[in-house]
Amino acid sequence: MKNTWWKVLTVLLLFYTLIGGFLLEVPRLNILNESIRNLYFHVPMWFGMILLLGSSVYYSIKYLNTQEETYDIKASECVNVGLLFGILGILTGMMWAHYTWDQFWSGDPKQNASAVALMVYFAYLILRGAFSDEVQRNRISAIYNIFAYVLFLVLIFILPRMTDSLHPGSGGNPGFNAYDMDSKLRYVFYPAVIGWTLLGVWLVSLRVRLQIIQHKLDTL
Amino acid sequence: MKQLFSEIFTLVKKDFLLEFRQRSALNSILLYVFSTVFVCYLSFSLVAMQLNPITWNTLFWIILLFSAINTIAKSFVQESDGQYYFYYSLVSPQVMILAKILYNALLMIVTAIFALIIFILVMGNPVQDLALFIGNLILGAIGFAVSLTLIAGVAIKANKSTGLMAILGFPIIIPMILMLIKVSKNAVDGLDRSVSYDEILTIFAINLIVVTVSYILFPYLWRS
Repeated sequence: MKNTWWKVLTVLLLFYTLIGGFLLEVPRLNILNESIRNLYFHVPMWFGMILLLGSSVYYSIKYLNTQEETYDIKASECVNVGLLFGILGILTGMMWAHYTWDQFWSGDPKQNASAVALMVYFAYLILRGAFSDEVQRNRISAIYNIFAYVLFLVLIFILPRMTDSLHPGSGGNPGFNAYDMDSKLRYVFYPAVIGWTLLGVWLVSLRVRLQIIQHKLDTL
Repeated sequence: MKQLFSEIFTLVKKDFLLEFRQRSALNSILLYVFSTVFVCYLSFSLVAMQLNPITWNTLFWIILLFSAINTIAKSFVQESDGQYYFYYSLVSPQVMILAKILYNALLMIVTAIFALIIFILVMGNPVQDLALFIGNLILGAIGFAVSLTLIAGVAIKANKSTGLMAILGFPIIIPMILMLIKVSKNAVDGLDRSVSYDEILTIFAINLIVVTVSYILFPYLWRS
């Protein structure tokens, strides 16, 4: 029972995000209006995704060094949940874009980059499916994972900064950072980020446990 | 250090000798480029009209991208498994990957220059700053070779077909090709060269990063 406190915290934070996010007062800005509430859902998805994919790379490196099965399971499950977060991030982003930029998809560099990032990780899943030998699969998908993440970082952190984007922080738009975010938003935003990230970790841990049991059953 | 270079040189020479004796890869890729360009020529029915520069530029890079995938996918299939055990006992994996990258880069430069000549002959030449265009083309050929060589190794291990290569390679190559298309569009329009410096520097940086990552990761790939 001593490890359940963070799960309780996750549930509380997410309930707070949902209730506070929809009911608490938000600043009224042109164009954005009430859609600013999407900040509590769209942005944490990307934070969660980058964190999960990052930890997946960490486990892949661990796997290459130790050849331990559990690290491979952890790496692949981190990618699975990271992909889920990525898809939700794109969907919430498209909804937001529909009301503020007038189109679901406006070819914004960051939109394109995130679509490409999803392609990379779907390719990772297909690569994993292409092997019959398990040890071979684990090792080679770990290699691809590390290789892909490096280019993924270039894609989402460097390239969008070189072109104009509709997203905050580039192309003359005000930056998205602690200085100009209204303090009322922060009351919900930070708990939301922590809550969603913890939910991702929770999902990963459940799936990892499931996979390990499955693996044990298979090898019986 | 000297030994490293001589080993790499020997391996690259071996690849070229193999290529020179069989002439399968280079000839097939040149024919591939020619047929693709010709198909485009016929489909656009370009006898009377000229493509606008954006279409010209994009089409050229897409053709080059597909030829790159086809060329580089072959880089690990030429030899049998037995030969790889032989190389494994002779040289370190780092030498092997550097040699393969170098060989692929040279092969890609030849392919790219040939593709450009055919493309200009068949589709017309809207390029205003040809020197910048060719410089960028060589940089791009090296970039393709660098990013796709490790992927070719991964795809070969997965199954012996090249189908997987495209799925794995395309998303990886996108950051690179976006930069390349931008620079070569600048060259086509004859913009001042200082406009393109940022992108060229970024392509260089991406190449360096990718070579480093391949250098670190290839030993794990080869061991299996």
